[in-house]
Amino acid sequence: MEKSTSYDSIGSRRSFQGSGSDSRPPSVGSVSSASSSVIEQTVHKTTAVMPSDSISQTDFSTDFRVLRDGNKLAQMEEPSLLPGESMKDMAKDVTYICPFTGTVRGTLTVTSYRLYFKSLERDPPFVLDVPLGVISRVEKIGGASSRGENSYGLEIFCKDVRTIRFAHKQEGHTRRSIFENLMKYAFPISNNLGLPNESWKLSKINDNYELCDTYPAILVVPVNVPEDELKKVAAFRSRNRIPVISWIHPESQATITRCSQPLVGMSGKRSKDDEKYLQIIMDSNAQSHKIFIFDARPSVNAVANKAKGGGYESEDAYQNAELVFLDIHNIHVMRESLRKLKEIVYPDIEESRWLSNLESTHWLEHIKLILAGALRIADKVESGKTSVVVHCSDGWDRTAQLTSLAMLMLDSYYRTIRGFEVLVEKEWLSFGHRFQLRVGHGDKNHTDADRSPVFLQFVDSVWQMIRQFPTAFEFNEFFLVTILDHLYSCLFGTFLLNSEQQRVKEGLQKSTISLWAYINSQLEEFINPLYVNCYNHVLYPVASMRHLELWIGYYIRWNPRMRPQEPIHQRYKELLGKRAELQKKVEELQREVSNRSASSSEKAGSPSRSVTPIQTVI
Amino acid sequence: MLSLGSGGGKTAKPSFVSYVSPEEIKKENVNDELKPHLLPGELVICEANTVVKYSREDSLQRGFYGKLVCTNFKISFLSAEQLLDEVDQSYRNKLMGENDISLHCVDQIFGVYDDKKKPLLPGAVKNKIPEKLLLYCKDFRVFHFGLTYTKEEDAKRLIRVIVHHCLNPTSLKCLFAFSYVGAAGGLKVGPLGIEGEPPTIMFETKNDWRDELDRTGGLLTYRIISSNENYKISTRLPQFFAASVSDDDIKKYKGKGIPLWCWSHPSGCALLKMAAFPETVDDNSSQMDKGWIDRQLQVLGETHPLNHTIKTEILSATLPTLQEIQASYSRFKQLFLPDNAAEFWESDVKWLSVLENANWLEIIRQCLKKALDIVECLEHSTSVVLVEENCSDLCCLIASLVQVIIDPHFRTISGFQSLIQKEWVMGCHCFLDRCNLLRNNDKEVSVFLLFLECVWQLLQQYPPAFEFTETYLTILSDSMYIPIFSTFLFNSPWQRDNNQMLDEDRRMRSRSLKLPSVWEWSVQFENSVQALFYNPLYIGKPKLDRFRRTQRIKDPELNCLEIVQENVLDMPEPQRQMSLPSSPSYHSRPSPKKGFFREETDHLIKTFLGKKISRWTPTAEDHSVNNRLFYENWRSKPIDLHGLLLPLHDGPALKIWGQRYLRWIPEVQIPGGGLTTTLNKACEIIDEIKTLQTKVSQCLLKRQPSSPNTDVFTPFHQSSRLSSTFPFGTLRRQSIKPRIPVSTNLSMSFGSMENLPDDEEDLGLL
Repeated sequence: MEKSTSYDSIGSRRSFQGSGSDSRPPSVGSVSSASSSVIEQTVHKTTAVMPSDSISQTDFSTDFRVLRDGNKLAQMEEPSLLPGESMKDMAKDVTYICPFTGTVRGTLTVTSYRLYFKSLERDPPFVLDVPLGVISRVEKIGGASSRGENSYGLEIFCKDVRTIRFAHKQEGHTRRSIFENLMKYAFPISNNLGLPNESWKLSKINDNYELCDTYPAILVVPVNVPEDELKKVAAFRSRNRIPVISWIHPESQATITRCSQPLVGMSGKRSKDDEKYLQIIMDSNAQSHKIFIFDARPSVNAVANKAKGGGYESEDAYQNAELVFLDIHNIHVMRESLRKLKEIVYPDIEESRWLSNLESTHWLEHIKLILAGALRIADKVESGKTSVVVHCSDGWDRTAQLTSLAMLMLDSYYRTIRGFEVLVEKEWLSFGHRFQLRVGHGDKNHTDADRSPVFLQFVDSVWQMIRQFPTAFEFNEFFLVTILDHLYSCLFGTFLLNSEQQRVKEGLQKSTISLWAYINSQLEEFINPLYVNCYNHVLYPVASMRHLELWIGYYIRWNPRMRPQEPIHQRYKELLGKRAELQKKVEELQREVSNRSASSSEKAGSPSRSVTPIQTVI
Repeated sequence: MLSLGSGGGKTAKPSFVSYVSPEEIKKENVNDELKPHLLPGELVICEANTVVKYSREDSLQRGFYGKLVCTNFKISFLSAEQLLDEVDQSYRNKLMGENDISLHCVDQIFGVYDDKKKPLLPGAVKNKIPEKLLLYCKDFRVFHFGLTYTKEEDAKRLIRVIVHHCLNPTSLKCLFAFSYVGAAGGLKVGPLGIEGEPPTIMFETKNDWRDELDRTGGLLTYRIISSNENYKISTRLPQFFAASVSDDDIKKYKGKGIPLWCWSHPSGCALLKMAAFPETVDDNSSQMDKGWIDRQLQVLGETHPLNHTIKTEILSATLPTLQEIQASYSRFKQLFLPDNAAEFWESDVKWLSVLENANWLEIIRQCLKKALDIVECLEHSTSVVLVEENCSDLCCLIASLVQVIIDPHFRTISGFQSLIQKEWVMGCHCFLDRCNLLRNNDKEVSVFLLFLECVWQLLQQYPPAFEFTETYLTILSDSMYIPIFSTFLFNSPWQRDNNQMLDEDRRMRSRSLKLPSVWEWSVQFENSVQALFYNPLYIGKPKLDRFRRTQRIKDPELNCLEIVQENVLDMPEPQRQMSLPSSPSYHSRPSPKKGFFREETDHLIKTFLGKKISRWTPTAEDHSVNNRLFYENWRSKPIDLHGLLLPLHDGPALKIWGQRYLRWIPEVQIPGGGLTTTLNKACEIIDEIKTLQTKVSQCLLKRQPSSPNTDVFTPFHQSSRLSSTFPFGTLRRQSIKPRIPVSTNLSMSFGSMENLPDDEEDLGLL
C-alpha cells in the first residue's frame, strides 16, 4: 500500500509515511483552490489534511486495514472512529452501484469526517471510505414516482474524479436524512452560514473577476438584485467593492456585510441603486428596521476622502441607516506605530520608562480601537439583532480586521483551528487584503508606503482575546506566531500575491504548498490543551488598557531574558496525559470485571457506560 | 428595585424624585424589620432607614432601598430587596457580608453636595446633609449611598458616627477584637490553618525554632537564644530566636547590632538580619559601636564551617524609603477607584503613563532586584546580613522574599504562613502602626502589602510552583482590615502578649484572651471557600529532601498530582546549587562610591563602611552585569519548580495584580473569561482524575463498579460563565453585555501622518 489511505489524518500520518513511498508533504493537491468559489475553497481548507489527489480511497486500501484490524471489526458495519470523529447518520439496506463490480448492498454511514459504506455480502467485506472533504457535490436522483430498481438514491460527485451512486429504498425514507447530513457535514462552511437561503444567493457575476478584481469569483448577494443593478452598485463603490455578506446570524438572520466607501465626492453624489441595495440588505433581516453602517475611519479622514472622490453614506440618503465612525487610523499611522514599538523592545528595554514608552508608541491603543470597533459590531448583531455594513476606504484593511474579529466574537466555529484558517482564507485572502503590498514580499523597497502591519494587528488582537478567554480557542499562541512567521517566510503560497484573481492567474495552488496543510499535519503542536468548546458563547473581550498587554511572546521573543515559557500549558498537558492514562486503565479493568461478572452471573449493564467518555486532545 | 429609565451613561443627571412618590417611600419601611447580623460583642451604634444603595453596574442609575447601620465593628447595608436577589454565593466570609464594610476597611469618605464631591473629615462635618455618601474601601470597593429620602436627623447622626468611627484616632483597647473575644468568652481556638494540612509554625516556642534550624541545616552553626524569655532583654525581640552569639552580647545593646538568624542555605551560608544602633550623639560611642559590629561579623565569619564570606546589605541605602513607598501606594490605589464609567474610560487613555507615574511597579521591581542580589550571594556561598535601622520593615520584606525565591517549602500554604510568622510577626513588624489601625500616627506604610505584591509577581510568573492561588493572597490582604486577628493587631509579640489579658485577670494567666490568628481560616471561611486557596496547578514535592526534613502529611486528595510528576522531578537537589558557576569578579569588587547613598541613611553608612569593615561589603558596583550573568546561567537550564525561582523584573514582566485592584470595577470584568477559567478547567480535570483513580482502586478491589463518588471536591463553580474576577465582583444581576469604550480620541494625533492618502494609493477614480 504505497499511498496514504483515507485513514491518514492527524494522528496516523507519520507512521504511514515511514513505510510508504509517499514522502511528499501532505495534501499538496488540496492546497488553496483559488479557482473555485469562496465556499468551495473553504471546504477545501477544512479538509486540507485529507489527500484528495490519491485514488486510494478504494475498497482495496480499506480492506487492508480491516483485515489488519482483525475479525472483530470485520463483523461490524460501521467504521472505527478516529479521535474526535463522531457518527452522524446511518442507513441500512442501501445499494452501492459500483461501476466495476456491480451492485452491492450494505450499510451507509456518515460521520463527521467520512462517508462509509460497508457490505458483508462479499468476502472479504466490501468497504467504501470517502472523507467528506473529497465530496464536491451531492445530488438526489429519482423522486417519489421513480420506478424500477436502483432509480431512487443519491449521486455524489467527488473532487478526485469519482462519482459514487447509491440506491435507497423509497419506503425506508433514509435518503433524505443522509442527504441532509452529507450537505451539513461535507460543506460545513456553507452550512455554517446557512447560505444560500431565501434572502441571499450565490452569484457568479464575478466569475472572471470582471465586476471586481479584488473580490472572489463567487459572491453572496441579496436574492432579488439583478446583475445590472449589482453593476450599478459596484460603480458607486470604490474599486467596485460592493457590499457582500461576511456572516449571518443563525437565529436572527442579522448580517455583517462588507464593502468599500461610497464614491460620494465633494458634490455629495448619490446612487439610488446603492441606497436600494442597502435597504434590501436591511429588509432581509426581519428583526430590525434599522441598519448600522460602521465606517472604520476617524470621521476627519472620512471627510477628507470626499476630496478624493470617496466619502461616506449620508444618513439623509440612506433611510433607516445609522452611521458610526470607529476612529481606527490608516495604514501609515499603524506602520509608524510598529516602528516605534520596535525601537522600545529591541534590543534593549528601558526598564523604568517601559510603560510610558509603550504608551508613546500607541500600539496598544490602536489594538484597543480595533477591538472596540469589532465589539460594537458584534454587539449590534448579537444584542441588537441588527444588520451591519462595515467599510473603511477600500474595505481590505481595517474592514477585514473588524469583520474577522467580530466573527471570532460571535461564532465559536472560527475559534477552532480549521475555523480560523477558514476565517483568514475568507475575510483576508478571498476578499483581497493585499498581502504582497502590505508585507512587501521579495521587494527591496523597504520604505514603500504601501507596507503596513494590518494583518499583524489582527493577529495581535486575536492574541489579546486568547489572553482574556484562555479556554475559548482551540489553538494556542504558537499557532498565531507560526502564522505570522510564515506571513513573511514565503515558504508557503498562502500569503503570496494580492488577490484571488492574481493567485489563480499565477497558478499558485499548483506551484506552492498551503500553510494550512503544514499546520494541519502537526496539529498537536498548535492545540490549546485548555480548550472547551462552547458553541453558543459570544465573547465580549474588554477593550480597556487595563487588560491589553504587549504580546511578549511575539515582539520580545528575541530577548533571551523574556523567553516565553508556558509552564501552565505544560502542566495541563501532563494532567490530560494522566487522565488519558487512567481512563485507559479504568476501561481495561472494567472490561476485565465485566467479563468476569458476565461469566459468573448474567447481571447485565455495561460498566464502561458509567464513565463519561472524555476526549483528550493530546 | 427602582429604575430610572434606561438612560445609559449618556443622559443628563437622573432625577430621582420624579420617579418616586412619598407613598412608595413609606412602603419601603418594611426594612425596619431587618436586623444586622451581629458578631459576639458587636453593638449597633446608630442606623438610618430609606437609604439608597446605588449600583455601579447600573451606571449608578438604579439602586436598592434599605437600612444603613453602623456598629462598633462595621457599616452594614440591609435591604429586603437585595436579599431576594442573592444568588448562591460561592465566596462568603462568615464575618463580613457583601454589603458590610469593616470600620477599618474604610479608606476615604466623601459627601456629594449639589453634584460635587467633598471629603468628609472628622471635626469638619457640615450641618448640611449630602445627597450621597461615598465610602472608598481599602479593598477597593466603592459604595454610593443616597441619603435624599432619609430622615434628616437620622442621616446627620449616621454621618457623624461613621466619620467618627472610621477616621478618628482610637486606642488599642477600643479595637473590636477585644470586645469580640471578651464576649465570646475566650474563643474556642480552632486548628491553625486548614484541616488535614500541616500546621502553621508559629515560632512561639524553642522547638519551632529548633525544627526550622534542623530543616534548613543551620543547627550546627546557630543556636536557640532563650535569654529574652518573658521579654527580659528587649520588647522588640521575640522570646526565642536563633543567632550565633553569646547571651552577654545580646544583653549589651538590648538585641541591637546582633545578626539574627533567618534561614540557612544548603551550602552552609545563611541569611541574617540586624538592627542598627540608633544614631549616636557622641563620637566616642559611635567608635565603640563600629568596633562592636566589626567583631560581631568576625565572630559570624568564624563560626561558619567553610569560612564563608559575609556581606552586609544596608537596605535603606538602595531601596526606597518607607515614606516613598507609602506615597507611591497612595497614588497607586487612587487609580483603582473610578467613580463611574465615564471616569474609567477617560483614564483608560493615559493609563500606562499614569501607572508609571505612581511608581508602585518600580518599587516592586526594586524589591525583586534586591532579593535577587541576595539570592545570588547565597547561591555563591556568601552569607548576607540585612541591616535596617529597626530591622522590622524592609528586613522582613527582603528576608521573606529571598526565602520564597530559594526555598520551595515557603511556597506551600503552611510554609508561607510559617514564614510570615517567622519573619513578620516574630520579626516585630509593627503591623499596628503600619496598617494604622489606631489612625493616630503617620507611620502607615503598606510594607506587608508590598511583600504580597512581590510574591504575586512570582506567582504569576511561575504558577505551578505555588501551592496557593492569587485568591489566597488577595484574601490575606483583605484580612488585614478586619481587626480581629492577633497577627495584624500588634507591633510586636511583646505587645500582643501584654494585651491579650484582661486587666483584672492579670494574675490568672489561664483567663488570658487569645485572639484568633489569621491562619485560623475557619473563623472567616467555610471549607468550600478555603478550597479556593489551593492552586490546582501546583505540583507537590515528590520526595522529602533536606529542605523538608519535617514530616509533612500530604493531603491525600492531592496525591495524584505528585504521581504525575514523580519521574520528572527525580533528580538530586543539592547538585543544582553547586552547578552554578560563580562569577570570577565576585570577590574582588571595589567598595561602593560615595554619593551613592542618600543623606538620611548616612549615619548608617558611617557605622558600617569604616575601613576595617569594607572588605565585608562588596556591594553595588557592576551589579547589573553580574546579576544578568547569574540570571542567564539559571535561565539556561530547565526550570525546577522545586528549586530556585528567579523573578523576572524587566518592564514587560511586571503586571498589575488584577484580582486585587480591578475586581470591583464592572468595566473590566470579562464575563466567561480570565485566569479563572483556566483554574476552573484544571479543577475539572483533577476531579476527573480523582474519580478515575477511585474507579481504578475499586476495580482493583474487584468490586462491582458503583456510581461515581459524589464527594468530589470541586472548589470552583461549574457554571461556565464566571466573571474574570471570580470569586469577587458582582456580575450576577445583569445579562452579559459588552463594555463599549467611550470614544476618547484625545491622545492620538498623528499630524502629517493623517494627511497621507488615507488607504494606500490615491483613489484615482475621479
